[in-house]
Amino acid sequence: MTERTNEVWLQSLGGSGAADETAVAELREVLRRGLRRALAGRAAADDGFIEDMTQEGVLKVLDGLVTFRGDSRFTSWAITVAVRVAFTELRRARWRDVSLDRLVEDAPARLPTATPADDPSQDARQTILAVMHGVIETGLTDRQRQALVAELRGMPQAEIAAQMGLTRNALYKLTHDARQSLKRGLEAAGISGDEVRVTFDL
Amino acid sequence: MSLSPEELRELARFVLLTKPDEIGCDDWLGYAPSYAEMVAARQPVPEPLRKAAEHLDVCPECAEEFRALLAALTEDAAG
Repeated sequence: MTERTNEVWLQSLGGSGAADETAVAELREVLRRGLRRALAGRAAADDGFIEDMTQEGVLKVLDGLVTFRGDSRFTSWAITVAVRVAFTELRRARWRDVSLDRLVEDAPARLPTATPADDPSQDARQTILAVMHGVIETGLTDRQRQALVAELRGMPQAEIAAQMGLTRNALYKLTHDARQSLKRGLEAAGISGDEVRVTFDL
Repeated sequence: MSLSPEELRELARFVLLTKPDEIGCDDWLGYAPSYAEMVAARQPVPEPLRKAAEHLDVCPECAEEFRALLAALTEDAAG
């Protein structure tokens, strides 16, 4: 394998004209080896999967050369890109046939059971639960609620984003805003972080 | 629509970790390689990068990918 600086990698893969075929072959080998290590022990990541993800990874890296920030080795960045490609595919395969609408609808439609009024810790728990439910039901938009619940039920971000027609960053902002609304709702009700920690044993 | 007690607990955990200036998954991907190299080499991590890595606390998927990346880079560094 040729020792290359970041600049030489970039020039060889995306400089003027077509990519250097030797560099592309070496990039492919870097990604194949990296993915084998990254996915070791995962039953779904057999040789065929690794090969497919290596090819996908090479394409993604070549398409995204301008996004390389240059603050790491080029090969570390390329493996990072390939790892995301592979995990996105692994998760998508598991969730391929799950509808977001169905997943979110199939929810237990009630507050957890009421508790005896003479137990102060249970009173606090009920108060916190009521505030959280209140914000979820009336303080979030339908899309925030849908994304948040799907995330809590384990649906992968890429799948939620695809089904909602969002980029992954836009989805993250949507759920981040929802979490901030919940945090503000708890604070407005005079509930401290410590109370939440104690209540949920966090 | 409502949540189970387990889901509420997980949500509460995420809410406690929520900060106003978090970065998203795509932005994190830009920081991940240099952060992984430093962690793999057991080098001190500069504060801005450490702050970016707080994303891993609230994003289980990026955290899972990061562990895998670290495994790849750690073995790479070990030869």
